[in-house]
Amino acid sequence: MASNGIRDRVAIVGMGCTPFGERWDKSVNDLLIDATKDAVASSGVAFEQIDAFWLGTLYSGQSGLTLSRPLKIDYKPVSRLENFCATGSEAFRNACYAVASGAYDVAMAIGVEKLKDSGFSGLPGIAAPGDGTKAGLTAPATFSLLAPAYAKKFGLDDALMKDVMTRIAWKNHKNGALNPRAQFRKEVPKETIACSPLVAGSLGIFDCSGVSDGAAAAVIVRAEDAHRYTDRPLYVKALSFIAGPAAGPIDPEYDYTTFPEVVASAADAYHQAGIKDPRAELAMAEVHDCFTPTELVLMEDLGFAGRGMGWKEVLAGTFDLDGELAVNPDGGLKSFGHPIGASGLRMLFECWLQLRGEAGGRQIASVARGRKLALTHNLGGAPGECVSFVGVVGSEPSA
Amino acid sequence: MTGIVAYGGYVPYFRLERGSIAAALGVPAGKGTRSVASYDEDTTSMGVEAARTVMRGSAVTPEAVYFATADPAYLDKTNATAIHAALDLPSQTAAVDMLGAVRSGAGALRAALDAGRPTLAVLSDIRTGQPGGPDERDGGDGAVAFLCGRGDEAAPVLAEPIAWASASAEFLDRWRLPGARASRQWEERFGEHAYLPLGGAALTEALKQAGIEAARIDRLIVAGPHARAGRRLAAAAGARQGAIADDLADRIGNTGTAHAGLMLADALDRAKPDELIAVVSLADGADAVIWRITPAMASRRPFASVDAQLAGGGKVSYPTFLTWRGFLEREPPRRPDPERPAAPPSFRAESWKFAFTGSRCQGCGARHLPPQRVCVKCHAVDRMTPERLADVAATIATFTVDRLAYSMSPPVVAAVIDFDGGGRFQCELTDVDPSTVKIGDKVEMTFRRLFTAGGVHNYFWKARPVRR
Repeated sequence: MASNGIRDRVAIVGMGCTPFGERWDKSVNDLLIDATKDAVASSGVAFEQIDAFWLGTLYSGQSGLTLSRPLKIDYKPVSRLENFCATGSEAFRNACYAVASGAYDVAMAIGVEKLKDSGFSGLPGIAAPGDGTKAGLTAPATFSLLAPAYAKKFGLDDALMKDVMTRIAWKNHKNGALNPRAQFRKEVPKETIACSPLVAGSLGIFDCSGVSDGAAAAVIVRAEDAHRYTDRPLYVKALSFIAGPAAGPIDPEYDYTTFPEVVASAADAYHQAGIKDPRAELAMAEVHDCFTPTELVLMEDLGFAGRGMGWKEVLAGTFDLDGELAVNPDGGLKSFGHPIGASGLRMLFECWLQLRGEAGGRQIASVARGRKLALTHNLGGAPGECVSFVGVVGSEPSA
Repeated sequence: MTGIVAYGGYVPYFRLERGSIAAALGVPAGKGTRSVASYDEDTTSMGVEAARTVMRGSAVTPEAVYFATADPAYLDKTNATAIHAALDLPSQTAAVDMLGAVRSGAGALRAALDAGRPTLAVLSDIRTGQPGGPDERDGGDGAVAFLCGRGDEAAPVLAEPIAWASASAEFLDRWRLPGARASRQWEERFGEHAYLPLGGAALTEALKQAGIEAARIDRLIVAGPHARAGRRLAAAAGARQGAIADDLADRIGNTGTAHAGLMLADALDRAKPDELIAVVSLADGADAVIWRITPAMASRRPFASVDAQLAGGGKVSYPTFLTWRGFLEREPPRRPDPERPAAPPSFRAESWKFAFTGSRCQGCGARHLPPQRVCVKCHAVDRMTPERLADVAATIATFTVDRLAYSMSPPVVAAVIDFDGGGRFQCELTDVDPSTVKIGDKVEMTFRRLFTAGGVHNYFWKARPVRR
């Protein structure tokens, strides 16, 4: 038994990503068509050449018909799947495996979500009929549990903890200001972030990702075929997906300062990709900054900072766009909102731009200096009971 | 000898200052406070809390539960079954309601005494009326429970009824049509005219049965929705100076169906062996009982006295009170309405949802809430034994204040709590000031109505700070 991975067996040859935001003018169908058109146009693959489709969406439709109907796909396999906030990444992972297996020559992974049409703040629920005993906490509330636990364990007072959280939001908005596809495209002063109205626990409104609509897509082929379509493909180095036993909320040993699922999926992904020191080897990382304490804890869980040291690295600017390891160079969920099915592929789209040197004003310098690997990460659920995805792509096949 | 073998009262945490009604509406509203059932309480959940104080102190398993209230949470569906389930009583124990009128309280207690088997009488009420009216001002919320039986060495009789007399008459003093939000009352002086002879007759007959004079009574309790009639009857009864019990109006108000019982429980808390307590309940007639305190009372160790609960803790503002009672409909958050609990999963999970029964792994001893089939620690499969944690204290491991979640009374305060002896659960906190919650605080479980959705009440447990 082993997680062997499919390093360098498949490659991305085209990607598309719609602008994210309150897309009152676009339906789910429109977003799917727009993302598909962009991905196909950038790939050199004709739409008719795509053999199979994986569609990720949590709320915006059921079954493959959600995609085949608007795109008039002619009698081909379309799988619709969800895996909480890792839904887009799951679509990508499954499409990659299909191509790697040899079952198909060309596959497309596409993710979409239209959250704004519900009229609700935050995410709607999707519970099956139940006994009414599950605590009906919102996502910001469950993730806010991290902040006091982390602060207490590592000796930060409330003000310092708030500074760290504020620094993360400030950094991601600063990056997002440079991104034409972002929902929020302006820098936000730290004072504004720190003083924003409380949503849950110590989380203000600026500690939370927004609610938006969007779609993104990737075209995947076997690695040996990649250069038929593009001279700058991205090779898939690692795909790790983990579902935890949801022990945190029932096991007193869990301390709300880590995501064990992320630690496990990061170790698996680094093993698949042959990465020894992620902070030194990666050019960038797109991580699941659903709330600011989440990004803080992820810096440690993904091995970018030592345990209990993440907050110092955040304050030191280690993860800034021009820092040692750029984290969320596109602006993250903070700037894009979190249309569930689309987010994982939106992160991958930033890797696609950065590793190909196409990120314009937010191009990361370390790519030109030879760093060739980028990481994407999603988690879905709540602290102590989540799913986690870690993927690594690279601009060259491994030696 | 049949009598009360265990008893306990429950007065909710919140108090409304009557002065706040006066300030808001510009009407005279008197002094003092009234007790207020929180937004997550109803007569059933308060009945559970009262009954829990009884069952904690008793070795007797009741063979029947009688639940009396004038403000039932459900019609057509029995409410006593939820109390039965929350107390984790055996299925052989009967559970029936006695609903609709204040007099059901006296009736349930009498029926429990007459049952000829250990029987739990639970009396509970939420009293209010139109904003600015006397029922809103003078009413109160509370519950009380009495476990009646023959008594034995393990659970001796604490108080024995040595006389019981009733007087019934059909007259219109106070009434409410089904579905109406407030009661109506005939001219106050008419009720006084009707009640005084009835109360006098019942008390006289009870004293005669007991073979005593009124002056022999150590404590005289007169309770009923008609406060003025009650006061006049008490004054005219011939009791000794100082024997007339405080009617608790200043602190909690009149708790309707529960009130005579709650005053009795308070008197029992203070009573000494061989004392005599007379209780006259004026409600659509009169029921008069004379209780003799037994020597066993001297060694009773109460779990929570009524007196300790009278002062209450939290103040509730008048607008919040109106919101909780449904007289003020507030803008909801832009969040989906909660889903109603579904009947089949609730039925399957009865021991968890109602009795707060988790499981313990026979392999490694780990406790699980909710109950699991596979152990989170050692992964043993189907080696669990049920374990009820409703009466186990816990400590806050971490917490949050959720200002976005749906609630009748935002913000939602939620905590991860670790139970003494093992086991963790994440749940809402209630009866709590969000600004005072700290990691490490001790909490205990309390049975609540989380919300009502789609016409279904969602009963489950929350944690509240330990204040004893």
